[in-house]
Parts: sequence; structure tokens; C-alpha cells
Amino acid sequence: MRKIDIEQISSAVRDAVIDINHRLPASFVKRLEMAKASETGQRAKSVLKDLVDNQRIASEGIYPLCQDTGVVVVFADIGHNVFIDGDFEAAVNAGVREATLKGHLRPSVVNHPFNRVNTKDNTPAIIHQKRIAGDTLKLRIAAKGAGSENMSALKMLKPSDGLEGVKTFVVETVRSAGGRPCPPITLGIGIGGTMEKCALLAKEALFKALDEPHPDERLARFEEELLEAVNDLSIGPMGIGGKTTCLAVKINDFPMHMAALPVAVNIQCHASRHTEVVL
Amino acid sequence: MIPLGLPAKKSVLKGLRAGERVALSGILYAARDQAHLRLLKTLDAPPFPLENAAIYYVGPTPAKPGKITGSAGPTSSYRMDEAAIPLIGKGVNIMIGKGERDASIRDACAEYGAVYLMATGGAGALLASKIASSRVIAYEDLGPEAVRELVVKDFPCLVAYDTHGNSIFRSDDT
Repeated sequence: MRKIDIEQISSAVRDAVIDINHRLPASFVKRLEMAKASETGQRAKSVLKDLVDNQRIASEGIYPLCQDTGVVVVFADIGHNVFIDGDFEAAVNAGVREATLKGHLRPSVVNHPFNRVNTKDNTPAIIHQKRIAGDTLKLRIAAKGAGSENMSALKMLKPSDGLEGVKTFVVETVRSAGGRPCPPITLGIGIGGTMEKCALLAKEALFKALDEPHPDERLARFEEELLEAVNDLSIGPMGIGGKTTCLAVKINDFPMHMAALPVAVNIQCHASRHTEVVL
Repeated sequence: MIPLGLPAKKSVLKGLRAGERVALSGILYAARDQAHLRLLKTLDAPPFPLENAAIYYVGPTPAKPGKITGSAGPTSSYRMDEAAIPLIGKGVNIMIGKGERDASIRDACAEYGAVYLMATGGAGALLASKIASSRVIAYEDLGPEAVRELVVKDFPCLVAYDTHGNSIFRSDDT
């Protein structure tokens, strides 16, 4: 058994949450710069220039990328040979609390659907645990803002709806979201499983490397097809028209009941705050 | 970019067209969801003058030690649509946020000579660098949703809805 201290977990979460709120992944910045170069409209170009400038200013560490520093989502893959010396979820929440207070992030979490009292430290985080083989603890950590999360959607399709049905639902979800989720967006698409599994697949898809297509060729082609279809909507950066509505589409699939075809669309804004830490 | 001093007169706003880039200098009042609900209850004794006021839909991150403000980009405006109409009726003539809104807001802008400006969503660091001062003036208990008086210099926006019924948004093209 390999022992991992809960303090180590808390400080890894704290550092990751502060870091992702100030620095976009290099592959993502590259896509923003490419989008800026390819836009022909002056207004769309000026918005993309704002975003490229914004991530540069944020990387200096004074201001987070976005004032909505989000709710923290953690996927923990815990090796079966790992022994955690204490309460894992409490350790994650302690890291989130420290990141919020010491990193001067915005407290955006409220305690109750209707009382809506701010918890002042962004706890509780949304935590998903899974046991895997091995002796490592992998934490995938995201800070998810509400603007794009609020535009996400899930639908239980019929198997006969097929690829076309999924495409129609994805395109309609993006169309009705328009400029609200802060395009250029990234789409995490879950296909399969049950209702709750499908939503998780979509969320997890947003952690995938932008430049790696789906290993299944048919789904890799479908990712490209969906990307083209949503960009054909010409919603553009922040909804003001243009070529760049979406930077990437990532699909996660899973087996499902023979009578089911669930599909979930998790929309990610241009401030894509995702990282992975292995302890 | 067209420089625009705040508070702005309705006669000046009339000259703006959807799609134009403006640079705001002067006072903005930061107010979002919960602050709007409270403003609606105190329309006759508001915590700041509503006549010709510019309201910015923002809830900034806390300022780091020694800094004027934290990250301060716009939040989605559609959530303030219902509350915005009575405020426009009381003289608010500039709203700043992000994203499409209900058609009733476009109509109200045309009827009352107000404008809806779009700041680049998610550009919280860039926009924070244009804020020269910030102080909480009401509803301190709301934390990030408290009403703040912000003094801005060359704060960049695009005119989203003008006073003539035009919109910048692709989804409004039909």
C-alpha cells in the first residue's frame, strides 16, 4: 500500500485551482491565436484579440482570467494500492477553500437552491471518485463557470435517431445558446450510458487533449462533422457573428441499453480551466 | 474607438450604432442578480442616482492585496432582463453585460433612448486593468454581488443594442 497524506491532496488541489484560474493551457492559447488570424471581420477579430490579450494579462498573476472563477469539479481516479490517510473529500474541500481565500478567487457557491446564501469559500466542490488499478492518485480538476454550464443540455434520444439525431440536438443546443456561453466554445459530448453517466461523459470529455481525435475513426469523423456544423451557425466570438464559434468538439462514448441513446452536451467557454495532477 | 464620457446624455447615445466600438470613461455602477432584486424594491430611494446611470453586470473577484480590483468581466445579461425594464423607466440609459437578451430589452432601448453595450465576456483581467477605482456603496452583505461604484478609463465595449432598434447579435439577424 502506498500512503498519501491528506495534506498533500489539499495542497495539490489548492495549487491547481489557483493556477488554472490564471493560465490557459498552451494548446488552447494556440487555437485562440489561430482563430484570431483566420477571422476576417474586424469586430470578431477585435474580440479574439481581447481574449488573447486577456490570457496574457491574467498569466501575470494579478487578475484571474475571468471573474467567474467557477465551481471546482474534481474527478479522482484512486489506485487500489493507494491508502489515503483521512477524509478524501474533506481534503479536496480544504484545498478549494484555501485556493479561494489565499488566491483571492470569487466565492460563487451558494448553499441552497432557494435560500442562496454564499458559502464564502466555494465549497463544496463537485467530486467524482473512481477506483482504478495501480498505486497513483490522479486528480483531474476543472473550474467551471455558470455562463457556459447554464447553456448545457441532455436529451434521451431513440436509438433510431442515430448520428443525425445526435447532430441535430448538438447543433440546436449551440444555436439556442448563441453568444451567452462566451464563444469561442469547446463542446464535451457524452453519448451512451444512462442519464447520469452520459452527463459525466460529457464533462470528462472536456479534459481531453484538444489535438487528439477520438480513437474510434467513425467518432473522430463525427467530432469534425459536428465542429463544422456548429461553426456553420456563424454565431462567432461572443455571438457577434464570425467563423469562430467552436474551437473543438470532444466525444466520450459508453455502452448503453438497447432501447436508449442518451446524449449530453456540456458547453465550455473560452476560459477553459482544466488540469491534471498525478500524486 | 468612440470615446464616451459617463454619465452620458440621451442625445449622445442617439448617435451610437450597433457594432461600433466605444471606450467608456467615468462612473459605472456594478450590479447583478441579487442587487437587481433589491433595487426593484427601492426604486423610489435607490442607493445611487438612476437618472442617466450606467449599470455594469459584474461580480468581480476580490482584489489582491494592494490592488484596486479583482478580475471584472461581464456576466450574462439575460438574467437581468425583467429587472432592467423598470430601471430603464427610471432613467438608467446604459447597461453593460454579455450575450443576447430578450426582445423586450431591444424595444425598451429604442423606446427610452437607452443602449445595451457588450464588454468581451471572460476578459476579466483585461477589463479590470481599465478600472481606476472601486468602492462598495450598497448591499455589502451580498459579497461579490454588492453594488459598487467603479471609475473606469477607456473601458472597451461594443454597442450591442442601439437606440434605433438595431442589434449586433447574429441570432437577431432575420
